[in-house]
Amino acid sequence: MSEHDFLAIAPITTVAVFSLIVMLVDALVKKNTSLMQTLSVVGLLGGIGVAIWTLPKSLNGFNGLVAGGGMTNLFDILFCSAGILTVFLAKDYLERLGGHFNEFYTLLLMATSGAMLMAHATDFITLFVGVELMSICFYVLAGFLRRQVRSNEAAIKYFLLGAFASGFLLYGMALIYGTVGGTGYADVAANAATVEMPFIFWAGVALMIVGLAFKVAAFPFHQWAPDVYEGAPTVIAGFMSTAGKAAAFSAFIIFLNSVYGSGVEGTDRVQILLAVLAVGSMFIGNVTAIAQTNVKRMLAYSSVAHAGYMLIGLAAGSPDGSFGIIYYLIAYLFMQLGAFAIVGLLENEKGCNLTFDDYKGLSKRRPGLAMVMAIFMFSLTGIPPFAGFFGKYQLFKAAIGAEMTWLAICGVVASVISVWFYLGLVIAMFFRDSEEKQAEGGTLGGLSTAALAVAVVGTLVIGFLPQAIYDLLS
Amino acid sequence: MILLATLFIPLLVAGIMILIPGAQGKTHRTLAAVGTAAAFLVSLVLWFQYDSTNAAFQFVIDYPWITSLDVGFRFGLDGMSLLLVLLTTFMMTIAVLSSWESVRDREKQYYIWMLILEFGMLGVFMALDTFLFYIFWELVLIPMYFLIGVWGGRDRIYASMKFFIYTMGGSLLMLVAIIWLGAYAEGSGGFTTDLQKLMSIAPNTALDAQKWLFLAFALSFCIKVPVFPLHTWLPDAHTQAPTAGSVILAGVMLKMGTYGLIRFNLQLFPQSSLHFADFISVLAVIGIIYGALLAMVQTDVKRLVAYSSVAHLGFVTLGIFSMTTEGVQGAVIQMVNHGLSTGMLFLLVGYIYDRRHTRQMSDFGGLARSMPVYATFFAIAVFASVGLPGLNGFVGEYLTLIGAFTSQHLSTTWFAILGATGVIFAAVYLLILFQRMFFGPITHPENEKGKIKDLSRLETGILVPIVIFIVWIGIHPNTFLHVSEASSRAVVGVVEELSGSTDYTAEVQERKSGQAIADEGSENRAVPTSGPMPEETEGESAPGAQVLAPPPVVQPEGGQ
Repeated sequence: MSEHDFLAIAPITTVAVFSLIVMLVDALVKKNTSLMQTLSVVGLLGGIGVAIWTLPKSLNGFNGLVAGGGMTNLFDILFCSAGILTVFLAKDYLERLGGHFNEFYTLLLMATSGAMLMAHATDFITLFVGVELMSICFYVLAGFLRRQVRSNEAAIKYFLLGAFASGFLLYGMALIYGTVGGTGYADVAANAATVEMPFIFWAGVALMIVGLAFKVAAFPFHQWAPDVYEGAPTVIAGFMSTAGKAAAFSAFIIFLNSVYGSGVEGTDRVQILLAVLAVGSMFIGNVTAIAQTNVKRMLAYSSVAHAGYMLIGLAAGSPDGSFGIIYYLIAYLFMQLGAFAIVGLLENEKGCNLTFDDYKGLSKRRPGLAMVMAIFMFSLTGIPPFAGFFGKYQLFKAAIGAEMTWLAICGVVASVISVWFYLGLVIAMFFRDSEEKQAEGGTLGGLSTAALAVAVVGTLVIGFLPQAIYDLLS
Repeated sequence: MILLATLFIPLLVAGIMILIPGAQGKTHRTLAAVGTAAAFLVSLVLWFQYDSTNAAFQFVIDYPWITSLDVGFRFGLDGMSLLLVLLTTFMMTIAVLSSWESVRDREKQYYIWMLILEFGMLGVFMALDTFLFYIFWELVLIPMYFLIGVWGGRDRIYASMKFFIYTMGGSLLMLVAIIWLGAYAEGSGGFTTDLQKLMSIAPNTALDAQKWLFLAFALSFCIKVPVFPLHTWLPDAHTQAPTAGSVILAGVMLKMGTYGLIRFNLQLFPQSSLHFADFISVLAVIGIIYGALLAMVQTDVKRLVAYSSVAHLGFVTLGIFSMTTEGVQGAVIQMVNHGLSTGMLFLLVGYIYDRRHTRQMSDFGGLARSMPVYATFFAIAVFASVGLPGLNGFVGEYLTLIGAFTSQHLSTTWFAILGATGVIFAAVYLLILFQRMFFGPITHPENEKGKIKDLSRLETGILVPIVIFIVWIGIHPNTFLHVSEASSRAVVGVVEELSGSTDYTAEVQERKSGQAIADEGSENRAVPTSGPMPEETEGESAPGAQVLAPPPVVQPEGGQ
């Protein structure tokens, strides 16, 4: 093992070690949640620090099992930031709903290191370990409010369907291994063009796409998302829909780049397939979201649509597309986590107070909160000057650059559809008054306020930073 | 610097207002009034510093933003946008003052939205970067959405949603077109959203693609104008918006559409503009007549004024697509006119609504006796709107019709002839309105003298400046026409050169080869010309060459 090996996985190691520390300290020190929080945040900040430190390097470790530096480390920073925001939000939420146990933090850190491993993976084996590490933590976290039936339901559903998707993923890997003769992406890039049975190879690629599309909750593999997001603790739903999605996209990008880069004939078919998935996700997600009365379900369906927007970047199959996805994910992290944070704040102890009707007149009861939520909604719709717009711009630009203007047009049409429900929430909050007295929701603790502030500031300024991120990657 | 000051004063004041806690009405009202008035005064400095003999963009500012995509904070003004900037700052001051007494609910929020709205509209008129333009274009939607939705009338939710979906739906295709154009520019020096560069690149696109680009831009602008048949959002939004909201909607926001048609459709896609001139003129004339007919049958005064906007903006569109200097000049001045006179009409309707809480024509009658001052102002606004010689409306309508009549680019003079009937229709519905409201017996006891108050001093004070401008433009329009003349000539010049040749594709080829030469020669030059480059480099003395003089080199610090 060389220095390279350690450096390549250094961010993952940091977070993973801290997850173990949290577990051990929890066993030794009884019921000290604030210590656990501090340790988790330190671990995640450490992860970010190490990721920034190794970002300029181009690393390849463990005989091509993992890579590091550049885009990969940017993903690390993204996962760790999502983790920190979630830790900040978790205290208020979990205490109010009576599920504040210290295992939460261990699991959260484990899930984060799993996500990071997915981004670092350059081999099917590492990828699969990462996927499973992240997913198993998610299964547990989804059912974390164990006294609530719907939380249990979410965990079981997610587990059953997730296991199924892992099967697809693994089968795909097996087929590709059989044709290219190796499990590394390097093998794919080197041998894909000369495989003897291209049909088997493409079947493998298709099965992997199915597995990953499940993880990003893309049409037609999105059915689990609304049920799981609705039942899971709201802060976890926020984490799953941002970091979880981002992890799957990181794997998607790196895997597909190796296929696109191999010079194998027929990648245009993959692009078309992804474009179809993108269009399906955008339209099905947005149209179904219109029919929702529950805000969490609405956000879940809309997250399907957002997966669709990002699939545009994959379909474009260009560096522009990859950059668009990363940029969109950063924007999405702030706006989606922020929206879930507010939903969690307004959710009451029994897990109610989640419908559009419950948001009526919110601007009078809690004007600041309503305004912040409105910003997230406008941003999710993709209206400038908020983050979501800049993300979409990059993605649409990638599509047009790849001569898929029709895909960009589908994207903008889908955005118009999404106006209906995002602004429906704004209408409820600002333009309507509630008939009966509404529950106040939880009080805004210091940590939650900080997390919300970060999310709002991120949503407002991310549009002015694309050049910085661009420079970071090149 | 002055340009940036004008743009950012409203935003700055809005920022200060956010920081001041509580909803103390008076503080916020005063701050908003001071902010808008300051923006107006600073914009007057622009007026005096502007060199109207120069057709190029002035006060140009260029800060880098996303350098890899050549997106920048690029601002600048030509004669047309200068007039519209002044209209914006002026009407915003009026609108804020007019809300002084009529808005009492959530005042802090209200005035913050008003100021953000001003920021957005000024940005639209100042932006010289397609990406930046798009951001401001969409930014305007949010404050107006809240103004209609929170402070609007009974059907405000329906109206605000319709307004939002219509405008956003239209503009998103423009976004695709903007990106497409940027990507097209990669063939001639890299992805760019610099409007001045695009003005020389975009006309080179193949005609087939250009037609689609033209339509994508035109859809977004025509919804905003609104051009028939995309106008259905307008009566709802105007009627449901609060008074100041209607004033700004009609007074300024509709002009964003017509401004866009000139700045983007005419200047970026001259060949397609020629191609579609007849088509859009047909829609414009239908708008003139149909809008007038609809206005005639309205019973709600505010709705009537709203439909009259559809008709008036039809003249503007017709003037633009006549693509003659008279037509474009008339369109520009008519934009200002419509802002003043229709804005004033909406104000007056708002005043009477505050008193009587009704806008039905049948609820009034005989008001001339009980409210003489009000009646006088209403008469001025009505006559200005009808186009009575001596008041502003006449100048604009006359010029646009002359333009349409003499245009070489429209296939028939029937556009002008049919359009002219709109003037008669306008007289019919506006005079009927005036007669029903102000003459005849008083049928409702609430309208009797003493029971209904005439205009207060504040209300009169708000109307007087508008009247001054209405008369000024009517008597001496040259003060204003002069400012935009060089710019209008430059716009028309581009089109005129093209129309000289019958074969567009050959023309495009020729320009393309010229472009290549120009590119080699001007690699280190900071800014391309506002017109097409080939003429310059090849030394041809085309008809429009004089007005297409190259603009001054950009000063990164912002110059004046």
